Amino acid sequence: MNISPRLRAPAGFAVAAALLFLAAPLVLSDFRLGLLAKYLCWAIVALGIGLAWGRGGMLTLGQGLFFGLGGYAMAMHLKLADAGDGKLPDFMTLYGSGTELPWWWEPFRSPVFALAMVLVVPMAVAAVIGLAVFRRRVRGAYFAILSQALCAAFAIWLVGQQTSTGGTNGLTDIQGFFGYDLGDPKNQRMVYFIIAAVLLALMIGVRQLYVSRYGELLVAVRDSEERVRFLGYDPALVKLGAYVLAAGMAGIAGALFVPAVGIMSPALIGVVPSIEFLIGAAIGGRASLPGVVLGAVAVAWARSSLSEQFPSGWTYVQGLIFIVAVAFLPGGLASLKKYVVRRPASVETPAQPARKPAAEEVPA
Amino acid sequence: MSTLSLRDLSVAFDGTPVLNGVDLDVEPGDLRFLIGPNGAGKTTLVDAVTGLAPATGRARFGAHDLLGKSVHRIARLGIGRTFQTATVFEELTVAQNLDIAAGARRSVGTLLRRRTRLPESVSEALETTGLADVAERKAGELAHGQKQWLEIGMLLVQDVQLMLLDEPVAGMSHDERQATGELLRRIGAERTLVVIEHDMDFVRSFARSVTVLHAGQVLSEGTVEQVQADPQVQEVYLGRTTTASQEA
Ligand SMILES: Nc1ncnc2c1ncn2[C@@H]1O[C@H](COP(=O)(O)OP(=O)(O)O)[C@@H](O)[C@H]1O
Ligand SMILES: [Mg+2]
Repeated sequence: MNISPRLRAPAGFAVAAALLFLAAPLVLSDFRLGLLAKYLCWAIVALGIGLAWGRGGMLTLGQGLFFGLGGYAMAMHLKLADAGDGKLPDFMTLYGSGTELPWWWEPFRSPVFALAMVLVVPMAVAAVIGLAVFRRRVRGAYFAILSQALCAAFAIWLVGQQTSTGGTNGLTDIQGFFGYDLGDPKNQRMVYFIIAAVLLALMIGVRQLYVSRYGELLVAVRDSEERVRFLGYDPALVKLGAYVLAAGMAGIAGALFVPAVGIMSPALIGVVPSIEFLIGAAIGGRASLPGVVLGAVAVAWARSSLSEQFPSGWTYVQGLIFIVAVAFLPGGLASLKKYVVRRPASVETPAQPARKPAAEEVPA
Repeated sequence: MSTLSLRDLSVAFDGTPVLNGVDLDVEPGDLRFLIGPNGAGKTTLVDAVTGLAPATGRARFGAHDLLGKSVHRIARLGIGRTFQTATVFEELTVAQNLDIAAGARRSVGTLLRRRTRLPESVSEALETTGLADVAERKAGELAHGQKQWLEIGMLLVQDVQLMLLDEPVAGMSHDERQATGELLRRIGAERTLVVIEHDMDFVRSFARSVTVLHAGQVLSEGTVEQVQADPQVQEVYLGRTTTASQEA
């Protein structure tokens, strides 16, 4: 099959759409489709990491912060909707004073407000962090450590606020999604389709960004920030754009994760998950659009199936793969493409979880 | 066009003075060579003017004060520079490099769209610098000389009025030097050029005026002949000047 370069991207998106909307729902059990929905949420985070890290050179090791902000915004609304008009979410009546809703919960009764906050909060927080950090020319490892610290601080704060955030448990046992009962497999499928559609739309958007002048400028800033400065650009603003967009994507991913899995908790957004968000992108190829998406899905799938067999070993395997990828293959698996001589690159498609599960596992 | 005017310009790194009260005027349209032994402070002078090195004294370009302004604001006043080691965006093509250089004033809307065809200024710069044939090659694959020309091309599309070139012909072959000198002459017709170089043959061939910097101070200034006749300069450049005058 010989595909002209002009058609390669549309063809890739068409195949991706066919796999996500036709093949996966036909082939996978409801349970496996639910797992895939969760992996696709992580792929959305990875998409943002590809933009900010792969193209922008910012080592975004703390995307859990934005994932969590988006996720909690959604989960708060769904908990309030579950509880019903004027009532408190279940955990507050259990652990809290049980009488009054914290003032900052109140507006989340409105679905419009909650949905807006899914985007606004992570992006605004990223804008504040980004302005402070990029103006001071904090880069590389310092930026990564700062991101991790902020993410850890957020998770610790959540744990400490048992009565208003559910503490360590987080916001659990979410039943409904804008009027739909999440216990019904049909609605679970609907959630999967929403997530797949959002991922695909964001992939198309990010691709547009990559081929735009901004995309070229971002690469220029990544490779030689000083030089860009001398051309009359403010690199801090160029980086800020990509960072804020990546935060927005992480926020959306966190929000979609809630109906897919039924929970949002500090354990899903802390330091370790933040590193795991990045591993898939690093292995797949951080600067490659299909690379980050495929990498994120593949690593998530490998984690859940291998950790069934080697519960303790997986962490080490994952760390090892990460180090090998970064040390010997900085462009990730996507960079192997150029070694395939004279054969047009096959159209990349999201990897699918194995069709024959060894054992069913409970979603995290 | 504007005059570059430096008064009592001084730079110190950790208390060690590197530039020591430099007074310098470069008139519009000049092709000024800045020469001096290694460590004289030539690069530091360019750094100070372009906002990279913190300096005291005064540096004006036309009506604008330069000291204290950030690098990108100075660039937007129409002052551009190259670096001793060519720094281009290696992962991007020659045309993309030039397109980025042309775009510091682009709106967000333009930035978010795809480049459909090359801006006219980019095509012109490709012709002027002789890089039209390699427009679609990655800048990282260019030969050393071509990278320097690309840098000069980037300044052309940036439409700078004042170009500060830090040793643009270092490491070039004789033919490349000649080509670069002619390029400088061509583009110098419409703008002011300050070129750092210490190869006296090159300076003699292309300089309109020369400033000699030594130990952070201006040692001498004038035409090539005037500067070469200056006994102080002969002392600093003993070896070279003697050979040069023997050849002449
Ligand atoms: N960032 C810096 N920190 C400390 N010393 C510096 C720095 N940059 C340059 N110098 C010193 O300033 C002096 C002048 O350097 P430079 O301007 O690069 O000289 P030139 O370009 O004329 O060869 C040298 O002695 C150099 O070691
Ligand atoms: Mg120098």
